[in-house]
Amino acid sequence: MKRIKTVETRDLKASVKTGGCGECQTSCVANQLCEK
Amino acid sequence: MIHQYKLNGYNIVLDVNSGSVHAVDEVAYDMIAMFGTHSGDEIVAAMLEKYGDRPDVTEEDLRECLADIESLKDAGKLFSEDTYAGMAFDFKKRSNEVKALCLHVAHTCNLNCSYCFASQGKYRGERALMSFEVGKRALDFLVENSGGRTNLEVDFFGGEPLMNWQVVKDLVAYARSIEGPAHKKFRFTLTTNGVLVDDDVIEFSNREMHNVVMSIDGRRETHDRFRVDLAGKGSWEKIVPKFQKFAKARGDRSYYVRGTYTHYNTDFTKDLFALADLGFTELSMEPVVCAPDDSCALTKEDLPVLFEQYEILAREMLKREKEGRPITFYHYMIDLRHGPCIYKRISGCGSGTEYMAVTPWGDLYPCHQFVGDERYLMGNIWDGVTNTALRDEFKQCNVYARHECDGCWARLYCSGGCAANAYHASGSIRGVYEYGCELFRKRMECAVMMQVAKAEDVEEA
Repeated sequence: MKRIKTVETRDLKASVKTGGCGECQTSCVANQLCEK
Repeated sequence: MIHQYKLNGYNIVLDVNSGSVHAVDEVAYDMIAMFGTHSGDEIVAAMLEKYGDRPDVTEEDLRECLADIESLKDAGKLFSEDTYAGMAFDFKKRSNEVKALCLHVAHTCNLNCSYCFASQGKYRGERALMSFEVGKRALDFLVENSGGRTNLEVDFFGGEPLMNWQVVKDLVAYARSIEGPAHKKFRFTLTTNGVLVDDDVIEFSNREMHNVVMSIDGRRETHDRFRVDLAGKGSWEKIVPKFQKFAKARGDRSYYVRGTYTHYNTDFTKDLFALADLGFTELSMEPVVCAPDDSCALTKEDLPVLFEQYEILAREMLKREKEGRPITFYHYMIDLRHGPCIYKRISGCGSGTEYMAVTPWGDLYPCHQFVGDERYLMGNIWDGVTNTALRDEFKQCNVYARHECDGCWARLYCSGGCAANAYHASGSIRGVYEYGCELFRKRMECAVMMQVAKAEDVEEA
């Protein structure tokens, strides 16, 4: 695409199926890393 | 929902529900702004009128750009729909597993900081130290209530936890003795004001503490305005050499020097750069938490100044990185590729559910900022959570529970914000702290811009 560059990001829609394991750090969320 | 903004020469478009980030030129930026509310022909005509004198802007080119926007929409990376709202209301059915505790090992402090949310470490109560027996039971409570989770977190907090250092060390030893048989892995953090840091603290922490948070506000005059000892003397001179030694000894282990900014130092980047000049590279600077009528509280007039400060910081960090002398700022450390899943983004920090604070005598509160407010007493480490109605209230305290968040582009980055801040600002844990929201959005704009800049650098390399 000439005028649009898409930065690689995690697909949140896909994470509906892959996420939710709860192993990530308690934030105390943007700064958190997935630890699955 | 999308969010468009311009910062540091970049035109950025965020797709809220997919998490996609796009860096675009000004023509595409304007076209995306019109997309959905204007026809293709109207968009092309408007762009030809605005940019028609540029040789690279032709009708054919604009039609191609429109097709690109359409294809991103079809791929779910632009103008994607919110399909998560239904998930949020199932949160009351969430398990009651606990994965993190904030252990208040000392409700006492050797400093007398006037802005302390914990009222000089006593949390509006009596001075107290946690006994080993209470701490041991808290760790057992955590293991017993953690279900199938492996990673468990314990923060040694206060007051000043180093005033009960032997108990901290004994509790770490106990935790290490049970983590194997229980198939758990403890991660410890320590938050300290630095006064009692010595070689033993440094050596032990480097062996056992996953992260160390060192409280220092920046420039001497900023720090000593609030962070004074019991005689009223500033603590900067005493703690700086201790923290410098501590940070250096951490090597590649995690630490943060963590400051608080107030109405009195809205030029807080000067404090961050002063910390960098002292040799600290892992930096965090947070807005003060206090009553709105407190003299150090942030005001509406402070916000534009603070926004500019966050932009100055982002630009300086990019510059220093290129110069080979990088610094990190906690709120700008986001990983777009390996960030949290949608469940985490909706549910937030987990206070009152998977994360709780334990007082020196074993009472449970939703988090450290509620300790001392009897209305938020949840139970204790022997009987568990007895106020289950309060736990249910916190379970449902997510981004979809706050109507103020409905139209906010940053909601899946902040998860609706901090319940304690909301409570102190609005009287309800489901309220919002408006200034906090404004500052958060600015921080996220800066953080995403930095990721775009770095991605561009990689592409050019």
